[in-house]
Amino acid sequence: MNSLESFLHMGGYAGFVWPAYVLTFTLLLLNHVLQQRRQKRILRQLGRRATGERAGP
Amino acid sequence: MRMLEPFYKFSSPQHFYRLSTVLAPWLGWLAVALFTTGLTGGLLLAPPDYQQGESVRIIYVHVPSAWMSLFVYVLMAAAGVAGLVWNVKVADAVARASAPLGAMFTFLALATGSLWGKPMWGTWWVWDARLTSELVLLFLYLGYMALQNAIEDRRMAARAGAVLALVGVVNIPIIHYSVEWWSTLHQPASISRIGAPAIHISMLVPLLVMALAFTFYYVAAVLVRARCELLEAEAGSQWAQAAAATAAERP
Repeated sequence: MNSLESFLHMGGYAGFVWPAYVLTFTLLLLNHVLQQRRQKRILRQLGRRATGERAGP
Repeated sequence: MRMLEPFYKFSSPQHFYRLSTVLAPWLGWLAVALFTTGLTGGLLLAPPDYQQGESVRIIYVHVPSAWMSLFVYVLMAAAGVAGLVWNVKVADAVARASAPLGAMFTFLALATGSLWGKPMWGTWWVWDARLTSELVLLFLYLGYMALQNAIEDRRMAARAGAVLALVGVVNIPIIHYSVEWWSTLHQPASISRIGAPAIHISMLVPLLVMALAFTFYYVAAVLVRARCELLEAEAGSQWAQAAAATAAERP
């Protein structure tokens, strides 16, 4: 068995170790993407509101 | 009074907004660097455990998540109280922004713990004192979030949330001491402030680096989320409009 294979094998615990890491970093990344998108959306809405008010009667 | 000036400044929404815009990306990249270092140490350099073999590597995501779940809760409750007592809008925003992040860390602590428990204990879940009290913590976070969504008026929501968070603080020492008061399945802490840690330095260093990475991730994330809360709460204010205008100018 080469070293990469044995690393991925995790001494037989691959089915537990890797899901733990994948789950953790998936959630951390997902949260980052979601909050970034939320911030953009809020700023866009605020900007539209401001220009709408200025263009109004 | 002059000494307190930076705090007053930081506690005003527009200054908080400006400062967090500068700080959040730096803290985020610092977290990325620490994650890379911690993962290298934990997955490649640290040795397997003499009893648990390679499964012990789950510790590098499980323990930091669990620490963060407690730390964020205490911070959320403290920010809630600051908002309640001194009527600091930024504190309310930080409390509200912390809840989903705390819930995420709590979920991760439970899920990675479950993935570690199966090979080591032979079960995904037991109603052990540590596991049960951590599950209660998840429900406290979710309850807090539900309360925030249910109350339209933000100041009312913040006040109600602060009271809920404060009452829930009683659960924190229960989680912490659960492994000593009821020694059931979950092992006691390997690292405490009193006495030497019960794990080898080659495992301790990556664990602490990962804990730092999680902390910086949280601080960066809470700044972004609190900024969103403030923009929503103060949508009509001049500074929020100006922030939106500045953001629109950027490509």
